[in-house]
Parts: sequence; C-alpha cells; structure tokens
Amino acid sequence: MKNSEHEIVYKGYKEFFNIFIHNKMAVAGAVILGVFITVALMGSLVYPFDLQEFGTAGDVMNPPDRSHLLGTDDMGRDVLGNLIAGTRVSLLVGLLSTLISMILGTVLGIYAGYYDNIISTIIMQVTNFFLVIPWLPLMLVLTAILGTSIWNIIFVIGMTSWPGTARIVRAQTLSIRERPFIERITAIGADTGHIMVKHILPNVFPLVFANTILVSAEAILSETTLSFLGLGDVSRSSWGMMLHYAFESGAASLGAYWYFLPPGICVVLLVLSFTFLGYALDEILNPKLKRR
Amino acid sequence: MELLKIDNLKTYFKTSKGIVRAVDGVSFSIERGQAVGLVGESGCGKTTTALSIVNLLPENGKITEGSILLDGKDLTKLSKDRVRKQRWKNVSIVFQSAMNALNPVMKVGDQVIEAIMYHNHLTYEEARKKTKELFDLVEIDKNRIDNYPHEFSGGMKQRVMIAMALACDPKLIIGDEPTTALDVIVQAQILNLLNKIKEELNTGLLIITHDLSILGEVCDEIVIMYAGKIVEKGRTEQIYEEHLHPYTYKLFKSFPDIQGERILEEALMGRAPNLSDHLPGCRFNPRCSFASDKCRIEEPKLKEASPGHYCACHYGGVWNG
Repeated sequence: MKNSEHEIVYKGYKEFFNIFIHNKMAVAGAVILGVFITVALMGSLVYPFDLQEFGTAGDVMNPPDRSHLLGTDDMGRDVLGNLIAGTRVSLLVGLLSTLISMILGTVLGIYAGYYDNIISTIIMQVTNFFLVIPWLPLMLVLTAILGTSIWNIIFVIGMTSWPGTARIVRAQTLSIRERPFIERITAIGADTGHIMVKHILPNVFPLVFANTILVSAEAILSETTLSFLGLGDVSRSSWGMMLHYAFESGAASLGAYWYFLPPGICVVLLVLSFTFLGYALDEILNPKLKRR
Repeated sequence: MELLKIDNLKTYFKTSKGIVRAVDGVSFSIERGQAVGLVGESGCGKTTTALSIVNLLPENGKITEGSILLDGKDLTKLSKDRVRKQRWKNVSIVFQSAMNALNPVMKVGDQVIEAIMYHNHLTYEEARKKTKELFDLVEIDKNRIDNYPHEFSGGMKQRVMIAMALACDPKLIIGDEPTTALDVIVQAQILNLLNKIKEELNTGLLIITHDLSILGEVCDEIVIMYAGKIVEKGRTEQIYEEHLHPYTYKLFKSFPDIQGERILEEALMGRAPNLSDHLPGCRFNPRCSFASDKCRIEEPKLKEASPGHYCACHYGGVWNG
C-alpha cells in the first residue's frame, strides 16, 4: 500500500511536469531564470571580478574586444564581470524583499480577514495608506533616511510592497472564513491559531504563491530604479548601479552601447522570466484557465 | 437517567429589529441508544436548539433561561472555553452540508485524525489506526484515507462526517439534516448507518430534519416544533398513528400518499410568524383552520394526552372530530 501512495504523489508531480513543459511561457520563464540563477551562483567563480580594481587610462570605455568581451566602463572595469556580479545582487534583493513582503502581507491579510476587530481595521487602514501613497517617492525618502546599504534597500522594498498581497489575502480569507468546514473545525474545538495556520493558510497559499512571483519581478525593478536614481549600494555591483554610472558618464551620447545595453537587457529579461512564470503558473494551477 | 435533558430552554437573538425568540421554552430528553427526531419547517428553531446544546450560537444569540443537562451536568453553566474543549467528547455534530464541510486542500483521513488528536492524547500513528477503524465502521474503503475530498462522492463525504462525529466516542450525536443533500438511495444507506451506530455504540442521537419520511426510519421519538415551541411530542408510532396537533396533521397531509391519488388533500397555507413580533395565543392560530377565539387569546400548554404523547393544543385531537 505504501508503494501505491507514493505512486499517486509521483503521478501528481509527473502530471504537473507534463503540463509545465508543454507550456511555452513556463519553459521560457524557467530557462531564463535558470540561467540567471546559475550565473549568480557560479559566475564569480568562473569569471572573477573586483569592483575596486580600476583600469589604466587606456582601458576606459573600450568597445568589446577579445580581453573584455563586453568592453570596459568609464573606470576601465570589465563590463561582463560587473554584470555577472550584479546578477547576484539583483536576485538577492528581489528574493529577500519578496520574502519580507509575502510574510508581512500574508500574516496581516489573514489576521485582518479572520478577525473583525479594531486591530484588523487599523491594519486595513495602514494598507490603504500604503496603497494610496506613490511608492517611488516613499521608497526614495525611506532609503535616503535609512542609508543606502543593500540590506536597507531590501527592507525598504519589502516594507512598501506588502499592501497588495495583504489585500488579496484578506479578501480570500474573508470568503474562506464563511465556508462550512471552518464552522465544522470550530465545532470540533480547534483554537483560532490552529484554524488560521492549518485551514486558512493552505487555502490562501496558491494565491500567495502566484503573487510572490509577480512581486519578485516588481522588487527587482524597484532595486534597479533606486540604484539608477543614485540610492544604490555603492560598495556592490548591481545592474541599477551600472545603469546609473553609464548615465552619469554619458555612455549613451558617447555611443558606448556595450555599457548601458547589457544591464538594461538583463533587467528586462529577468523581470520577463518572472512574469512568464507567474502567468504560466496561474494558467496551470487555475482550473478555469486550464487547457485540456 | 436520561442522557440529555433539556428543560424550558429559551434562546433569544438580539437583532436590530428587536429580540427574536428563536427557541421559547423547549423541553425534551434523550436516553442512551435512543434517537429523537426534531421536526419543523425552516426557521422554527430546530437548528438553534442544536446550537444551544453545543454552545455554538452566533454572538448575538444567548440562552436566557432553562437548562441543558448532559449526564447530569448543566452545559449552560460551563465556561465557553471548557465547553469548547469537551464538546466533541460529549456531543458531536454531523453537519448539514457535508459537501463543503471538509477542507478541500487537506486529505480526508487527516481531517478525521485532526479531530481525534485534538481531544485524545494519541500519536499520529495511533490516531491514523483509529481513523481506519472508523472508516470501516462507516463502510468506506480504508485505503481511501489519503484521498482528497474532491475524490469522494457526496454520500462518502457524509460518511466521513459521521466518522468524524464518532472520532471521540461522544455520548450524543446531533445530525443536522444529515441526508438533505443526498439522493434517496444514499439517504437510505446513511440512515441504516445511523441506526447501526445507535445500536452498536449505544449513543444518543438527535436528528434534525424537515423530512418526515426519515423519522420513521431511525427515530424512536419525535418532537415537532413550530415557531420556537414544541407543539407535539411522543413516540414515533404514536405520532404516526394519531396527530393531536393541527400542525402535525397538516404536516403529514402535505406529503402525498404513495398509493392514493396524486393530490395534496390539504396544504399548509401562509408562512411561519415573525418571531420578533408579539404573538398572543397559540402561535399556529393564523394558519390553523380550526382556530377559535380561545386560540387567539390563550396560549395552550403542552399537556400529556395519552402516556408519553404530549400536545400543545386547546382541542388536542378532537378538533377534527
């Protein structure tokens, strides 16, 4: 019997995998994201790079050649090396700030949806406050106050991107709370904590998961924006910082396409891969959109 | 001694339109191994009575008077937290909508295991073993323990609900319209199962329904409610043989005879009264074709007409004479 149990689970994964590989968007998203993750993990081992190592006068703004595959920047540093090192920062910021945002959004959303008291009202008012305030100026001000380290950027992005999740989770919790199985489990004598963790969370989780992917894309874009506007962490390479320096050194008007195009394309590709995955998973997991 | 003894229970709801007297002075009792059917139309207080027993009333509902004795202990006097902790061991419920009473993203077996582990100090493996026994008892293939609710049929889900109700060996099981959403064949199976449980496990059974046909099948005693009050109660055969209250009479008459002509001889006209209004006299009088002036002024008391057969009508049994 144990065997058949495993078979059922195995079959479920196999079916998911089958649908997944036949979905073009899903495959494209997974491949692009896979490449970026590999580069982030292995890149600096294969292609070492030091942000503090400036080139000599002759190395500045050189177009791509054999020794510098993507040319050099205005300080004579290798663009490819900088790009590879930046992948790690962009992914790290994207994933960590998404994690903060998801945890905050889910916890607050479930609380505000399950309880109908003064605290849940306050939570929803704060959520509305964050939703109404334009997020870019808010992030700029927060980063300027807190200082421009990478951890502050992660914190700021995490703190400003949870309200959307909280609203979605709250709406779903409100509907699940009224379902008969919650009444049943209450009758059995379960306490509220158990109901929220064991019964409501698994039911809102698909929604949280689908939202995670889209929030990651947004977080990566936010990090690039902040860095581009000069609020990035100067001690680390990131795509946003590269764009910032490229803009400052007038790379576009000098025609140094190798300097500003690669980070720009990377940002677009990474965000695109998350968006692809988000839409594809929505299509796969949402029975109403499933193609049979 | 009776297992459950409800005495003069009054449960009122506070609403914006005033106080709704949903249950207004209800008394009946259940013994071990006995099934009692609680019948009446929608909104007559059946479910409120059940929720009062298990202390699951909505926030605006309150037991204002009376007592609910389970094995001699008054449930209305216990703190809410204590009731919550003991509920499933004393009284369990088979819910109305079995279709939706299971968490769709949790394995069926785990949901029964959860109920067991909540009240007994058992390990997961022990609880799982007990769940398999329960599945056997309610006649579900025990290899289906790891299926999800959507892989079960409606009848099977109802069986799971019964298994869950039995999880902590309760003294009393309340079935809140346990067969309403099922087709007749599955209904019969579920009723047989309830009968089996009642006899084998010697638990008390309170069946809430508006379907008279299932009463004769399982119940030893029938309590008929109208507008928050008991209008007639007695042993099943007594009620079936002799309808003392006009409401009972009309209720039975509104079921077409299977052998006779396919017409409704006497339908019950009108609707149940609004329980927040002041209702003088007999609560059934506006819809009763035999009502006299006395019925409009004086409220009839529940009187014993023959041994074990009670009726709340001024003209108990002789109105049609």
